[in-house]
Amino acid sequence: MQDLIQHLINGLGLGAIYALIALGYTMVYGVLQMINFAHSDVYMVGAFAAYYAARWFNLESMPGVVSFAILLLAAITGCALLGLLIERFAYRPLRNAPKLNILITAIGVSLLLEYSGQVIFGADPKVFPEVLNNTPLFEMAGVSFKLFDFLVIGVGLVAMAVLHFLIYHTKQGRAMRAVSVNPRVASILGVNVDRTIVFTFVLGSALAGVGSVLVGVKYPKIEPLMGMMIGLKAFVAAVLGGIGNIMGAVLGGLIMGLSEEMVVAYLSSTYRDAVAFGILILILIVRPSGLLGRNQTEKL
Amino acid sequence: MNIDLPKTPTSQQHEVLRVENLKVDYGPIHAIKGISFSVHRGEVVSLIGSNGAGKTSTLRALSGVLPCQGSVVLNGKDITKLPSHKRVALGLAHSPEGRGVFPNLTVHENLLMGAFSINDRALIAKNLEKGFSRFPRLRERRNQLAGTLSGGEQQMVAIARALMISPELLLLDEPSLGLAPLIVSQIFEVIQELNALGTTILLVEQNARLALKKSHRAYVLETGQVKLSGFSKDLLDNDEVQKAYLGG
Ligand SMILES: Nc1ncnc2c1ncn2[C@@H]1O[C@H](COP(=O)(O)OP(=O)(O)OP(=O)(O)O)[C@@H](O)[C@H]1O
Ligand SMILES: [Mg+2]
Repeated sequence: MQDLIQHLINGLGLGAIYALIALGYTMVYGVLQMINFAHSDVYMVGAFAAYYAARWFNLESMPGVVSFAILLLAAITGCALLGLLIERFAYRPLRNAPKLNILITAIGVSLLLEYSGQVIFGADPKVFPEVLNNTPLFEMAGVSFKLFDFLVIGVGLVAMAVLHFLIYHTKQGRAMRAVSVNPRVASILGVNVDRTIVFTFVLGSALAGVGSVLVGVKYPKIEPLMGMMIGLKAFVAAVLGGIGNIMGAVLGGLIMGLSEEMVVAYLSSTYRDAVAFGILILILIVRPSGLLGRNQTEKL
Repeated sequence: MNIDLPKTPTSQQHEVLRVENLKVDYGPIHAIKGISFSVHRGEVVSLIGSNGAGKTSTLRALSGVLPCQGSVVLNGKDITKLPSHKRVALGLAHSPEGRGVFPNLTVHENLLMGAFSINDRALIAKNLEKGFSRFPRLRERRNQLAGTLSGGEQQMVAIARALMISPELLLLDEPSLGLAPLIVSQIFEVIQELNALGTTILLVEQNARLALKKSHRAYVLETGQVKLSGFSKDLLDNDEVQKAYLGG
């Protein structure tokens, strides 16, 4: 029983992380109908931005929530900026190009970031700064609740709540939803479609930044290829939920996190990564549009 | 159907829209081959023509979602090269062919999208209220997703949305498309009423008889060119128009 609760907490934390990254895939897909393969590398850059910020401010010498917040801020800023640049210089020039060209460009940007990362940051893994202590906050019924478990789940929830507010209760968010179904009509109503797309990239990238710090706190080893596997899993989460669907990405992420944790706990850690692909294959066979996937929306 | 001929407006001098030698190409296809026309303040001008004549392409060029050649002048300002989202701020509103409501947004949110270029909250609230009192049906359904509305209700959303900026010029693309006769006459009553209140309208219709009855002047488009133009009541009696577009 204690085990189960502990695994649930871990699974939720992992799921929150997958969800944060999956949201970036799903939002960009929503407005551009493209898979931004570079998203997982934006996430990686976020982890390094936090890493260097920690070294710069010597944060490890003053662990605590404030340092944690500074890490978050650094990663969010780094990711948002990178997302903005990628959209501006890689994708925007191809706005009217065939889908295949855009896909290849996305893969190219991803490789560029991965290998530039190896050159700039070095290929060997680095240890993510430890700013939150790992000692249990309190114990209850034999389960120890750690501060970082709360922070991971809490920050994940807050980030998603903020996103929800932005998308469903602000003018920019409304424009984003409008652009996702019909950019042409949005533009004749006065929406600057390019700006809305930038907004989407910045938002999605910022969430990946949040995710990267949460991962760094939970699994403190970072390296330039760290985005590949987690990016793939987050992508599966987005597909599972229904790509393009915001709530779907959250749901997909949580399902992925929980099932991975449970499989590792009760079957074998050998299957850690197999879960994701098992789910992907299953969803593609049974329900290709995803759990909450919308049907093809009509266009002008 | 009971039809009143609209009165010819008094201030025919001011040109709200002046289009010169407009050309639109889709790759190798020349959809619009150099047309010129104008709309004066207070007028309802209709563009009629059969399928593929280029009516929709013309409106799209006017609102800037299609690249074009020639010149488009709105209230004396050349907007030919202006991106579409900036034209709205100059008072150009467009209710597109097929309505183009956002199915994933509520009726209320759809109307707010129409006011995207306005930052004055009080003005938005006022125009929203006007829209709801013009189309009470929409008020009842304000929190419903627009995708769940009937075709006629969606057309109301499209028009109400375009009216959110109190436009200088309202472009209406086939407001009667796919609607039952009763709804069509309701929609056209609203159009007349809007015009009586001073809205200048450029109306695109396949239903030539209806368009000619409800407009002051008209241009007949045929394969991307202006074939005929004149006062609508004269065109109604014109032999060529009768044969080609009025079925007799
Ligand atoms: N996206 C496009 N690509 C290529 N050709 C197009 C495109 N859109 C329109 N056309 C062509 O341009 C011409 C004019 O089309 P347009 O839609 O403007 O006609 P229309 O008068 O609005 O017709 P309808 O009454 O059927 O709506 C047609 O020959 C059409 O096939
Ligand atoms: Mg048309």
